[in-house]
Amino acid sequence: MPTRRWVPWAYAGPALLLLAFFLVYPAIDTIRLSFLDRGGDVFVGLENYAYVFTNSTMLTAFRNNALWVGVFTLFTVSFGLLFAVLLDRVRYERIIKSIVFIPMAISMVGAGTIWKFVYAYRPASASQIGLLNAIIVGLGGEPVGWLIERPWVNNFCLIIVGIWMWTGFCMVVLSAAYKNIPRQLLEAARIDGATEWQAFWRVIFPLLRPTVAVVTTTMIVFVLKIFDIVYVMTNGNFSTEVLANRMYKEQFSFSNYGLASAIAVVLLILIIPMMIVNIRRFRRQEAMR
Amino acid sequence: MRRMGVIVVFAITALLSMAVMAQQVSIAVLWSGVELDAFKATIAPFEDETGITVLIDEVGRDLPTVLPVRVAAGNPPDLAALPNPGQMQEFVEQGVLVALDNLSNLADHPTAFVDLGMVDGHVYGFFIAADLKSLVWYNPKAFTARGYEVPNSWPTLIALSEQIVADGGVPWAIGLESGPASGWPGTDWIEDIMLRTAGPDLYDQWVNHEIPWTHPAVKKAWEYFGQIVNAPGFVYGGYVGALTIAFGDSPSVLFDAPPGAYMHRQATFIQSSILSSNPDLVPVEDYSVFVFPPISPVHGNPLLGAGDLIGVFNDTPEALALADYLASAEAQEIWCGTLGKLGINKNVDPSVYPDPITANAAMMLAEAETFRFDASDLMPAAVGSGTFWTGILDYISGIPLDTVLAAIEASAVAAYGD
Repeated sequence: MPTRRWVPWAYAGPALLLLAFFLVYPAIDTIRLSFLDRGGDVFVGLENYAYVFTNSTMLTAFRNNALWVGVFTLFTVSFGLLFAVLLDRVRYERIIKSIVFIPMAISMVGAGTIWKFVYAYRPASASQIGLLNAIIVGLGGEPVGWLIERPWVNNFCLIIVGIWMWTGFCMVVLSAAYKNIPRQLLEAARIDGATEWQAFWRVIFPLLRPTVAVVTTTMIVFVLKIFDIVYVMTNGNFSTEVLANRMYKEQFSFSNYGLASAIAVVLLILIIPMMIVNIRRFRRQEAMR
Repeated sequence: MRRMGVIVVFAITALLSMAVMAQQVSIAVLWSGVELDAFKATIAPFEDETGITVLIDEVGRDLPTVLPVRVAAGNPPDLAALPNPGQMQEFVEQGVLVALDNLSNLADHPTAFVDLGMVDGHVYGFFIAADLKSLVWYNPKAFTARGYEVPNSWPTLIALSEQIVADGGVPWAIGLESGPASGWPGTDWIEDIMLRTAGPDLYDQWVNHEIPWTHPAVKKAWEYFGQIVNAPGFVYGGYVGALTIAFGDSPSVLFDAPPGAYMHRQATFIQSSILSSNPDLVPVEDYSVFVFPPISPVHGNPLLGAGDLIGVFNDTPEALALADYLASAEAQEIWCGTLGKLGINKNVDPSVYPDPITANAAMMLAEAETFRFDASDLMPAAVGSGTFWTGILDYISGIPLDTVLAAIEASAVAAYGD
């Protein structure tokens, strides 16, 4: 029987061509640009990369990206898991889940604008127009400049906006996985005398672990590229800079294509390990079928 | 027969729409709200006279970001309001702007402004209006009630500020928040002070990066700014207020009872913000201006300003016709008369200015002994719209001045390509 080696290529060909044109070519060109000067004409070697790893604003951006990855991922996934498991026992599950999920329907820019109002500052002598400061002053406190208190308060204020938006997504995915767990397993555990705490950690969580892993890696890949919230709310001022916002500024505001490309390449390299983890897990799952 | 008729109608519609297509010109603008309405009113006579349809691309405040993207994509608008001369220079270097040496109405523009639109002896941009920046807005009734006098020197300005604090008030309303452009109002402070302490020659050297940001004259200007913005009790809401209150919202507290603050240093264009939060105010009576006082007697009282710059990307007859119209006194009378901006064309009738404050500012601009354009608008974007803005915010939020200036200098060395 003749093996028709070309058949799979014929089927995959169009997709591969599209991938090559829209993903591989731009990626290679970005890498090429990252070794050129601001206009993309003169070879400058590793100068752009030297800037990326030494400039103080860039180092702040690295720190903040790490902060986003850690705090944002931890809270979106754990809140998502908490809501998925606990709301299963509530009669108004659908309504509450809808409320948690609603922020997902708002654009990132819209959310940033809304929260900018929440964090707005007026002096103690004036009437407060920001919700958070109005509450604090109402309770007898002093208003706080939430978005300028560097470096922790303002960064956490921004991350909270992200958590508010993306907890719903994690909840929905984890909830679907939770509802797929056969009820007999839980019943068996309870009949054997497991407490709810034990049932969660010994039965539910191990069964949810593949989904938790997928959600976590998805969140990490997403949040490494965080841009909109920061751009709208602080534009990276007051030590809130992140890599994607810096890349955008260098590319579009300052027309420094070389530096912007170098930042893009660094961001790509940071994301690759997460992609590898995702692909490996996917392969393992496929092998199990 | 009937089919014939249908075909004829089709043919005529097609021809008409082609004709309409040809008679269009697009212009990308950063204006919104009142300013956008005024611009629509400005181009209405042009559309009536020529039959050319002007498509306004309402990009808004992100124009400095959007325009280079559209240019890079090979899809620029026919005309655009250019964010600043610095960006114009970058477009000229990319070879994407059309030379406008033959616009007839430019003959009536003052040389100082024509020069600002020139690169290598060719005109690539022209101004349809200017704003005078060296002004301090105040509430005359509040001044009279407390017996305050308009200061005419730096020491009297500081003395008045201290007096206001002693009387339990707050002298200055400062708002530096402006979305992605936050910090720019502070750059105007530095520029106004720099002109007064160092003089126009050193100012020009600073703009062209012939002196570093760490130069004593530059540092001195920042320290003078610090005497006001960092002085305890001098600013409404303290440094947090200055950093978080939007620039357009900040002057409204001058008209609270009792006043939240007494003085606000800002350009002529802030009048529309003052009136939008307090529509019943009467110019001169309820709000007025004094010129930012001189600091060094040698350098007198130079004026700082900026303007609305227009450039052409596509060399079509419609685009050039619209450009020439916008340079005319007729167009500028509508644009400036509605918005209280200052006309550039010498033939603009002074009676169109909506109030005595604007008319007076236009006269001051025309008669200025020394006039300088906003430095941050002339610098490369990475400095003028980048580290200069963030430097202002960093300085006020407590970062040491030497650190701030060193950071700006580092970016300037890269951006100017020294």
